[in-house]
Amino acid sequence: MTIGLNEYLIVAALLFTIGVLGIFINRKNVIIILMSIELILLAVNINLVAFSAFLGDLTGQVFALFVLTVAAAEAAIGLAILVVYFRNRGTIAVEDINLMKG
Amino acid sequence: MYAAIVFLPLLGSLIAGLLGPVIGRRPSEIIPTALLIVAALLSCYAFYDVALSGHRYIVPVAPWITSGDFSAAWTLRIDSLTAVMLVVVTGVSSLVHLYSIGYMDDDPHTPRFFSYLSLFTFAMLSLVTANNLLQLFFGWEGVGLASYLLIGFWYLKPSANAAAIKAFIVNRVGDFGFALGVFGLYAVFGTLDFDQIFAAAPMMLGKTFNFAGYETDILTTLCILLFIGACGKSAQIGLHTWLPDAMEGPTPVSALIHAATMVTAGVFLVCRTSPLFELAPIARDAVTIVGATTAFFAASVGLFQHDIKRVVAYSTCSQLGYMFFGAGVSAYNSAMFHLFTHASFKALLFLGAGSVIHALHHEQDMRQMGGLRKKLPYTYALMFVGTLALTGLGIPFTGIGAAGFYSKDAILEAAFNAHTQVGMYAFTLGIVAAAMTSFYSWRLMFLTFHGHYRGDHHVLEHAHEAPPSMMVPNTLLAVGALFSGAVFFHYFLGEGAIQFWNGTVALHSGAEAEAPAWVELAPFVAAVLGLGIAYYYFILHPELPGRMAAKRGMLYLFLYNKWYFDELYDFIFVQPAKKLGRFLWKVGDGLIIDGLGPDGIAARVLDATRGAIRLQSGYVYHYAFVMLIGVAALVTWFIFQMGQA
Repeated sequence: MTIGLNEYLIVAALLFTIGVLGIFINRKNVIIILMSIELILLAVNINLVAFSAFLGDLTGQVFALFVLTVAAAEAAIGLAILVVYFRNRGTIAVEDINLMKG
Repeated sequence: MYAAIVFLPLLGSLIAGLLGPVIGRRPSEIIPTALLIVAALLSCYAFYDVALSGHRYIVPVAPWITSGDFSAAWTLRIDSLTAVMLVVVTGVSSLVHLYSIGYMDDDPHTPRFFSYLSLFTFAMLSLVTANNLLQLFFGWEGVGLASYLLIGFWYLKPSANAAAIKAFIVNRVGDFGFALGVFGLYAVFGTLDFDQIFAAAPMMLGKTFNFAGYETDILTTLCILLFIGACGKSAQIGLHTWLPDAMEGPTPVSALIHAATMVTAGVFLVCRTSPLFELAPIARDAVTIVGATTAFFAASVGLFQHDIKRVVAYSTCSQLGYMFFGAGVSAYNSAMFHLFTHASFKALLFLGAGSVIHALHHEQDMRQMGGLRKKLPYTYALMFVGTLALTGLGIPFTGIGAAGFYSKDAILEAAFNAHTQVGMYAFTLGIVAAAMTSFYSWRLMFLTFHGHYRGDHHVLEHAHEAPPSMMVPNTLLAVGALFSGAVFFHYFLGEGAIQFWNGTVALHSGAEAEAPAWVELAPFVAAVLGLGIAYYYFILHPELPGRMAAKRGMLYLFLYNKWYFDELYDFIFVQPAKKLGRFLWKVGDGLIIDGLGPDGIAARVLDATRGAIRLQSGYVYHYAFVMLIGVAALVTWFIFQMGQA
């Protein structure tokens, strides 16, 4: 069995779906939402690298590096916000975060 | 100079009203009073110049309303009729201003009071100097407004507010007729100018027009409409209910507005439009009947009232009835003469009653008075003069007597001399009313000043004669009440009448037919009879009236309750109007307009927002889910678009 573009894309789509479901179904912990977002970004990365390799165009891989950087920065900021939030409110359970309720 | 007479009171009103807080209390009392006295002196000169020397003036002041063919200029018409009214209005008004300085001394709002008083005087003067009906209407409504403000002057008293509103609304009924009359006159004659209307009036004699769906005689209809307006302002039977209630206002107001000047505006209107009334005999009969009925009715109600001011108020109503039936039998000069003399003696009676009320700390119930002639000898003397003048006592056949002796007898004689059924009706009721007038006037005197004091003795100890600022006006009015009849008889009614009136009111041509002696004697007998009965009941047997009142006979209750007019109106008009108002409020406004309008829309908006609120759960994953759905929908749409392309 040869591993072609399809397989890569299927893996990426699966990862993406897991990430999205992680955001929606998870009711416990905000950190899991952050992790799900990382999953989504990785799925995108896989797509970018796969297309780059198959098309012979390096731009996709450069983009993948950028995405990694952004993801790292985002994780750092997200965790920092979480720490501050926990200090202020004493919880990071997703169900309790509904201050914007109308 | 004539413009000054009219506009000086307005100036005084503005000064007291707008600058009152700045210039302080005392100046805002003195300045309007001083201006009014100046106006009164000028009016006296005007009376001499116009009425006695036979000049007449048309003084243009300013253009007012011009619209298409219609134009009404602000023009002062100074003729004999106006001159008489000028003297009456400014004279009584200045005296009342002076009197009020003393009477209202313990009231903190005197600047407002004087502002209203002067405003009233201005409105009344623009009424009597009007050269066209629109200007007259302006003054007419102006005095109505001032009357409303002054009746409700003590606006913290609910009864005063109610009386003010009543006066205004009842007057609206009359004004409706008056306004229709003015519209009709314009529709028929195409002008509102007095001279032009009077010149064109004979051409309309006997012609008819379509009024409210009926073919009616033009002049009769218009005169009756004008008379309805006069009825409202002059408190004739049917529209009289506001006048007794108007006594809620301060007593000087009652003297000025509800005795001497404003209520006579109706009589003035009839006299001013006398050339029209002369051409409408049916309208004149209506005036006579209404006037005579009012004279009788009001006098009968006055018999058993307990409030000293109400007795005088019903007396005013009754005397106005005399003036109207005088005018109704074409004796306009007698009507004006009675207006002239009545102003002085009725103002005197009111101000005298005011002095009594002032002395007794605002006690108005005559059952709480008595024996006051020792405490208030001067007031007693003045009231005595006023009563003499009102009851028209004098020595028959000699022409010596108080003011009412001349004017009232002249009206009665004119009614008799009309030799019509309506005239005899008026004459009979007039004589009966004269007897009743005499009875209630002397009853007032005896209850107040004779016998024993029946009220709180603490109050009696503090009772004191009024200050000079109140006594001086009373004294001057008393002089008027005693001598105005004798002095001016010659000009108003006697040989000098034709020259005096100078064509301003329709005078009956030809020598006055001499009435039989008994006609001349009848008012005197009636007056003495009334005096005798009053003396018997209140001096000789003072315990009798109480015993009779306690029995509460039918007649007593009927008269005491003012012929049940208020109850009748309450039943016929007030309650249905309230019901209609409640219906319109609850159903029309509350249910329909508010329900479908503001309230309904607000409720629907609220419903929609409640739905929207449920969307805003505040959970991040809900928002993210919605975003995902949105993105999915967008992507799907794009893909379909591409597939089609």
